[in-house]
Amino acid sequence: MRLSAFCFLGAAALAPLLHAQEPVKGIDYSAIDPLKLPEHLYLGEVAGVATDSKGNIFVYTRTGTTAATLGGSRTFTRGGSRLFEFASSGKFLREIGQGLYGFVFAQGVRIDSQDNIWVVDAGSNSVIKFNPEGRVLMLLGRKQEAVNVPSEGGEIAFPRIAGPKGSGVEGDNFNHPVDVAWDAAGNIFVADGEVNSRVAKFDKNGEFLSSWGQTGAAPGQFNTPRSIAVDGHGDVYVADLNNHRIQVFDNDGKFKMQYTGMGAPATLCISPGPHQYLYSSDSNPSGTLDNGEIYQMELDGSIVGKFGRAGTQPKEFGMVNAIDCRNPTELFVGELANWRVQKVALHAKR
Amino acid sequence: MPNLLKFPPKLYLGEGIGVATNSKGHIFVYTRSGETRLFEFDSKGQFLREIGEGLYGFLFAHAVRVDAQDNIWAVDEGSNMVIKFNPEGRVAMLLGRRPESLDGLLATPAANAPTPPAQPYEFSRPTDVTWDPAGDIFVSDGYGNSRVVKYDKNGRFIASVGTKGSDPGQLNLPHSIASDAEGNIYVADRSNRRIEVFDKDLKFKAIYDKVGMPWAVCVSQGPHQYLYSSNSNLDFNIAEINRVTGEIYKMELDGAILGKFGKSGKQLGEFSTVHEIDCRNPNELYVSEITSWRVQKLLLNPKPNTISSK
Repeated sequence: MRLSAFCFLGAAALAPLLHAQEPVKGIDYSAIDPLKLPEHLYLGEVAGVATDSKGNIFVYTRTGTTAATLGGSRTFTRGGSRLFEFASSGKFLREIGQGLYGFVFAQGVRIDSQDNIWVVDAGSNSVIKFNPEGRVLMLLGRKQEAVNVPSEGGEIAFPRIAGPKGSGVEGDNFNHPVDVAWDAAGNIFVADGEVNSRVAKFDKNGEFLSSWGQTGAAPGQFNTPRSIAVDGHGDVYVADLNNHRIQVFDNDGKFKMQYTGMGAPATLCISPGPHQYLYSSDSNPSGTLDNGEIYQMELDGSIVGKFGRAGTQPKEFGMVNAIDCRNPTELFVGELANWRVQKVALHAKR
Repeated sequence: MPNLLKFPPKLYLGEGIGVATNSKGHIFVYTRSGETRLFEFDSKGQFLREIGEGLYGFLFAHAVRVDAQDNIWAVDEGSNMVIKFNPEGRVAMLLGRRPESLDGLLATPAANAPTPPAQPYEFSRPTDVTWDPAGDIFVSDGYGNSRVVKYDKNGRFIASVGTKGSDPGQLNLPHSIASDAEGNIYVADRSNRRIEVFDKDLKFKAIYDKVGMPWAVCVSQGPHQYLYSSNSNLDFNIAEINRVTGEIYKMELDGAILGKFGKSGKQLGEFSTVHEIDCRNPNELYVSEITSWRVQKLLLNPKPNTISSK
């Protein structure tokens, strides 16, 4: 009976059942604020943090205020997010993309294996690829032209492009995209996102190939795909936030398995190297100090350990929205609620 | 003496929303200018610097206060945040969270729509902040919620008090907040036209209701503490109302009124909707005004009812 039940559930459900009984080990860690900001520069909500091969630190932050310029019956938006580069010492190096058309509501920054800088902006529905010099190389998606002013008593949001919410509309355009990742061949995977509920795959030249998912709880469906990472084999890991699971797909979007036991995954990172780890943050939701732990996992979903809790103090985390894990024992963590980056050193058990 | 604050060329004060001094006598002004901005001046009024240029949490100023360690706290009713800066002017701690602009614009709720329940770590147009001697934090919150929230010094929620209403312990627009050396909390319960006093555990203690409509309260330091409260004239510029409001009261902590001074008006020594009072020195007050874009320094002579302004 039990066996057949397992067979019925399939391999996907096995891993969480097997791991559920073991208490999760705490990981020893320390944390510092690695960034030295110039006098008149402030971070806002840190939506993205990433490092390049030289160890330089890139921070994409919601800062300042999105300006709305009143038109006739339309309102035009610009600004509200900035991209900064720091040396590994924390010294401020430069700002990239000042006043950029697509910098509205920061969601993420990731660095690919050629040190290109990829910015994901949920306000402009854009994924922007900068070369290492900081010039725009490629653009996916398009910023909506304007916000329509509501009729009396009405409600407006930034316009929902590409179909009804949660329908997983195919195609090139995004609706609140949240994250980007690549496989070894350079194919691009975009988690799209908070409205459209799908993963979109593009080839390395930006040509749309396919997409999968829509709102739901079944395998292959998402309830807010919030982050995405790809391992060395090209398997695609999606943080399925409100389903409290990580789903793993093969390179073509075929469902392979799902992991649970690490709370509601808000952001993922897979470290490089021969032994890859998967990091996942059970970030506290807005307006709470619940949860907040970051989990270190094997790629098979078994949990190595966890660390941290929600809070405002050093070593605590406030709505973690980004993890950089180029070095698996030295993470960079970006927080929305605490407007900061922390460099987290994981200490091996003595 | 006019022009207390000396501005560099091209810098202007907007609505004088918040004013506070630190232990060195430096003057901090939080203003609704083109953008909401925070400026620091020395005790002579010389401009020193701007703090938090372009800050994500600066949307619509409401109050600035300086704690016993000279940390600078800004309360912003637009971003729904309380922002703690260290004395160097860097962000040290955040309470509350600015709503995401990605959500777009929502229709204003109807006037009689029920207020959603207040959340421990979210504010709804917060107004002011104060601390007890242990460093616990008290936030008056505010236009949307009708409560005072207490956090420990690390920002963890402890308790809150108040629902909207006019019974003792209820609040209707807690607009300003101050604490004494014992940790008693004085709340300007503006729309109820009274000051409510709570102890540091937020237990209701007393009501003072002979001081008009309190917009701004302040408790001075030192062995003998005084409570100041401004019956500010409404910001609608209605002459009949202006004629009977605008004065600032000086009280003992038990609510006994020692005296009052000032009246509505645009001239020096007159008040145009006072929005915050600094009373680090009980005989040398700073007041910021909404409908005059300025900060005044007031020298109180120990004899009641005399005042000079510069």
